[in-house]
Amino acid sequence: MPSAFPPGEPAPEDGSLPDSALEGMPGRPFSVYLHVPFCRVRCGYCDFNTYTLPELADGAAPEGYLGAAHTEIELAARVLSTGEDRPVSTVFVGGGTPTMLSPDALGSLVADVRDRWGLAPGAEVTTEANPDTITPEVAAQLAEQGFTRVSLGMQSAVPQVLRTLDRTHDPAGVSRAVRAVREAGMQVSLDLIYGTPGESQADWQTSLDAAVALQPDHVSAYALVVEPGTRLHGQVRRGEVAAPDDDDEADKYELADEVLSAAGYGWYEISNWALTMDRRCEHNLAYWSGADWWGIGPGAHSHVGGVRWWNVKHPRAYGDRLGAGRSPVHAREILDEQERYAERVLLGVRLADGLPVAALEDAGRHAVAGLVGDGLVEGRAAVRGRVVLTLRGRLLADTVVRRLLPG
Amino acid sequence: MPALSPLARPESVPQPAATPPEIIRNFCIIAHIDHGKSTLADRMLQVTGVVDQRQMRAQYLDRMDIERERGITIKSQAVRMPWATGTPAGDQAYILNMIDTPGHVDFTYEVSRSLAACEGAVLLVDAAQGIEAQTLANLYLAMENDLAIIPVLNKIDLPSAQPEKYAEEIAGLIGCDPEDVLKVSGKTGEGVPELLDRIVEEIPPPVGDADAPARAMIFDSVYDTYRGVVTYVRVVDGSLSPRERIAMMSTKATHELLEIGAISPEPAPTKGLGVGEVGYLITGVKDVRQSKVGDTVTGERRQASTPLGGYKDPRPMVFSGLYPIDGSDYPILRDALDKLKLNDAALVYEPETSGALGFGFRVGFLGMLHLEIVRERLEREFNLDLISTLPNVSYDVRLDDGTELEVTNPSEFPAGKIASITEPVVRGTVLAPSEFIGAIMELCQSRRGTMLGMDYLSPERVELRYTLPLAEIVFDFFDALKSKTRGYASLDYEPSGTQEADLVKVDILLQGDTVDAFSAIVHRDKAYAYGVQMAGKLKELIPRQQFEVPIQAAIGSRVIARETIRAIRKDVLAKCYGGDISRKRKLLEKQKEGKKRMKMVGSVEVPQEAFIAALSQDGSDAEPAKSKK
Repeated sequence: MPSAFPPGEPAPEDGSLPDSALEGMPGRPFSVYLHVPFCRVRCGYCDFNTYTLPELADGAAPEGYLGAAHTEIELAARVLSTGEDRPVSTVFVGGGTPTMLSPDALGSLVADVRDRWGLAPGAEVTTEANPDTITPEVAAQLAEQGFTRVSLGMQSAVPQVLRTLDRTHDPAGVSRAVRAVREAGMQVSLDLIYGTPGESQADWQTSLDAAVALQPDHVSAYALVVEPGTRLHGQVRRGEVAAPDDDDEADKYELADEVLSAAGYGWYEISNWALTMDRRCEHNLAYWSGADWWGIGPGAHSHVGGVRWWNVKHPRAYGDRLGAGRSPVHAREILDEQERYAERVLLGVRLADGLPVAALEDAGRHAVAGLVGDGLVEGRAAVRGRVVLTLRGRLLADTVVRRLLPG
Repeated sequence: MPALSPLARPESVPQPAATPPEIIRNFCIIAHIDHGKSTLADRMLQVTGVVDQRQMRAQYLDRMDIERERGITIKSQAVRMPWATGTPAGDQAYILNMIDTPGHVDFTYEVSRSLAACEGAVLLVDAAQGIEAQTLANLYLAMENDLAIIPVLNKIDLPSAQPEKYAEEIAGLIGCDPEDVLKVSGKTGEGVPELLDRIVEEIPPPVGDADAPARAMIFDSVYDTYRGVVTYVRVVDGSLSPRERIAMMSTKATHELLEIGAISPEPAPTKGLGVGEVGYLITGVKDVRQSKVGDTVTGERRQASTPLGGYKDPRPMVFSGLYPIDGSDYPILRDALDKLKLNDAALVYEPETSGALGFGFRVGFLGMLHLEIVRERLEREFNLDLISTLPNVSYDVRLDDGTELEVTNPSEFPAGKIASITEPVVRGTVLAPSEFIGAIMELCQSRRGTMLGMDYLSPERVELRYTLPLAEIVFDFFDALKSKTRGYASLDYEPSGTQEADLVKVDILLQGDTVDAFSAIVHRDKAYAYGVQMAGKLKELIPRQQFEVPIQAAIGSRVIARETIRAIRKDVLAKCYGGDISRKRKLLEKQKEGKKRMKMVGSVEVPQEAFIAALSQDGSDAEPAKSKK
């Protein structure tokens, strides 16, 4: 069972948004996320909203999903219609395993987005992909459909670790996939996971070295989180595998930063490194900077002008709602000023660009000196008016945020 | 007038204030908690016709539950029952007064006063379980008071009953013939009339001077919301009458008697109470302290010159700090204690402040059970969440300069210059199957016990007597005893003076700051074990902080144990993309809430739960904390 939603309030059936959310919108950047909720197998650690085909009845299978997603795009265009042209800055197709759908099918979604809103010049269009599914042919087709970037779920280069994660791909397949994506003229990003039970520091070093050797444009590295409801959570609870250890993960984070920095990758967000500034993931930057985006698909989250909402999770419920002309929104929350401020701080502080000290309320500004003193925040950046985390601060970002926010 | 059963049909039932002492029998029932005392008492009420069959079911068999819910106020402390025995000369009517005794180990004094109100005791033992330590202690107390003992085995209807075996055991204890042990079933009523006959035959009638100034002993005193304090008395000399003014001999306070009566089975006013009679008084006072158990009641106008013997002021033996978990509940706790005090003459307390726990009260108790009852009542009846500090006893400390002080709180323990320390000791009795002798001796030895003797009650059961420091008993002794004997051992103890001991105060320091709530006075030989255990526990319980936190146990300035909570290195590394933002923000709000429940000790944040867990005395926590990794 995928992870639980946050609590929220009911949303209108027609999907409409409060005026406050739409006010000033054409001036703000706008992104689109497309969620593809299918996987061939469910990995033991994953709590994303995804389903294997045998879990789904016919109507909720990929064909039905595509129709429903197109309907939601139409709904989004209607709700956001303000009579002004507002090209989409970034598109990101995530999952699940988007490449469970054909490049044509994925392309049809991108085309639909382009037809409704237009794409900004040089817009980043990313899809996530399982390395197994990326052949030179598939890569070429994706590029042809307008994709500019592929994010590959490499996770680890160590077979034993991949097995613990239930990942089925062959480590060698990753390099073939990277080559195929690059030859098709797209940027490539690799996702890595560290802290898997049984993974040694040496294993992690192996994975980092392997990733760097493939010279991707971008690397994301996440500490494994044992989410309630996952198979891994059950195994940890029953004592079958060891729970991830904080110190071990801290060591691995430091190792990642060291290896990636040495190879020329700069951190720009706690878990993300890019070879150059223009190879950062623009779509994810949109999330962290509080931009507007519409998430299409079952369980997808959206944010427009201080309103966050999320769709019903199950592909069937999603399809049924849209088929009946109703909004697929499960619930929403309208953020008040304090909540928006908290989000600006908690997201902004994760970025290497940091958070302007001037954007902080008094309590936050007063906390900065102490944070510098504790080695959590860069002193020089603070003097220049920005709160930027040190390496130690990146590992303790929650503490920093708690200290920056009022009582 | 109550209808009498066919078994008891005296021509007329003698009325209070007009009953000759010769036909009165005052008795109590000594029994362990689940050995069937209430059921037997109910059966007696029924057999004597005090309540009839129909009322019995409706009212009295359910009584236990109500008692549990409402505490002791509705108990029938003393019931007057008529009984007739067949004599050659015809029916002879008697009055039997059944006096209730508290069954708790902490209330030895109250038990002794109940016993002092009687001339005899029914020793009631479960025929399937045999005698328990507490029963034995009360039996000895009864024998010391020269009470006539009537041994009875109850629950003979049980398939697991072994009446022959336990009759032998009892006979050995009180020096009677096994044949003399009555066998009854409170459940079926079998043997109950015979028991009542035995009470008449073997228990002597009360003796007193009817013409002397009145002297009545208070054996119980209960606060009732509607009536104020209800005082239960046994008249020894003279008589008490309605509307006269009475005087309490210990305090010299005088009160008007608003009501005087007897219970049969409901309280009913009478024309007074005469020599040997048992009943209740209501004077309108609102605090049980004005009507103390053991005190002597006399008439104001014609006062007795000497009180009855045996009066003692209740003296707290065990002390603990009680703190509301939510500091804003402090006024509620204060009011709650004020209310409980009305019904609990032994409860003493004074405000106390702890650096770690905030505002609370230092509370004195008669013993551990008293502590638990009070705490339970505060939590249940007043809806309070409380932390209690490790219980300690009262120490007499003499300094080098000759100054003497009483220490009931580790924070009062003087630093240095101590000439001697005296601690209270108890005489403890443990009853257990003989297979556990070794384990019990080991435990008592480890608790600084001195063996006084050992007796076999039967080939399988043994009684061990020890002198033990009270401080060792209050520190999870009972739990340890139960776990070492698979729950079979029973324990009783009574104060037995004091002894000098080599005691020290162990402080626990976090980041160099003493946490007053964890300080303890312990024997020097055990200081290290306490320090290691507490430091280990805290290491597991206190979350890692941004900096390394040393935990030290120290005697004065000398560190005897040390643990370190390593600094936290990461609290974040999870992904944080579109769908995670709301969740992340709510988590942050939750953390902020959690932070409010943190207590700051110096610069260390300690969660409330850590205090509770570290101060709990659960069996599992009593073991040295084990590292998780």
